[in-house]
Amino acid sequence: MSLRALLAGAALALSAALAHAAIDTYTFADDTQRQRFVELTGELRCPKCQNQDIADSNAPIAADLRREIVRLLGEGKSDRQIIDYMVDRYGEFIRYRPALSLRTGLLWFGPALLLLAGAAVVAIRVRRRQAGAAQALSADEQERLARLLDEHRP
Amino acid sequence: MRRWLLLLPLVLFLVLAVFLYRGLFLDPQSLPSALIGKPFPAFQLPAVQGGGMLSRDAFLGRPALVNVWGTWCVACRDEHPVLNTLKAQGVVIYGVNYKDDNAAAQKWLAQFHDPYQLNVADADGSLGVDLGVYGAPETFLIDAKGVVRFKHVGVIDQQVWREQLAGRYQQLLDEAGQ
Repeated sequence: MSLRALLAGAALALSAALAHAAIDTYTFADDTQRQRFVELTGELRCPKCQNQDIADSNAPIAADLRREIVRLLGEGKSDRQIIDYMVDRYGEFIRYRPALSLRTGLLWFGPALLLLAGAAVVAIRVRRRQAGAAQALSADEQERLARLLDEHRP
Repeated sequence: MRRWLLLLPLVLFLVLAVFLYRGLFLDPQSLPSALIGKPFPAFQLPAVQGGGMLSRDAFLGRPALVNVWGTWCVACRDEHPVLNTLKAQGVVIYGVNYKDDNAAAQKWLAQFHDPYQLNVADADGSLGVDLGVYGAPETFLIDAKGVVRFKHVGVIDQQVWREQLAGRYQQLLDEAGQ
């Protein structure tokens, strides 16, 4: 690899790292609160740019919601209360991790159910095949098989 | 006897296919509002045109449209003439001037005509957050008691008004008349 390509690659990697996160400055009471902020903003979806969480999004609304979360954290609200606050305003949509309810039951358990169904089908088929193989040839049949093989041997 | 079991995968496939086919025609950008059926959030904010603070009470009494707008919002400019027309037809429209510069908002209203009965200046977007606003323009339809009944995200044009809002607004007027 030439030096130029190497330099270009390094510059690209650097700019990607810089562009990764929207940059704001917030002050937190302690590191636990900062950690909770990181987790909450990673779990809430930006309503404007729907495939980004609000930690990652540069949309003004995401900045507003980050600020709102900082305010709520400062007021001593629990994670649950903050998420409920957002859901009350923006709907279930804002949660990347949907709440467990009757409506989302299929979403949560569907994959596991499908996996179990698949495993059941495999188990049934394997058992049937084993049952088939267990019906071994009788002595007469074995003799006849050997004769047939012998006849056709060149 | 168990022949019909062979049809099960086909049936499952068909059910899934119908679901996914319908999904192709859903608009992922249009989110149902979490506020439908709930009271319009309380607020205490200054009026754009001056003259003191406004609260939720100012929106009560008549069914109305609450239009969230800003001078920075390009689509709001397209929507504005339609709101003027609706006002001329007697529709009650309140404005929420969302994250905007107040002087710019006043200039806009002087320049393009003012279709709003009242205009709330939500400079830092706090009412916007309570309303679940994620882009302007957005328009809420509230009844006489201030309960949110419908929300439209995006520009209101004549077609949107005719197909989605006019009927609902009339229904609210009928309710209020009783």
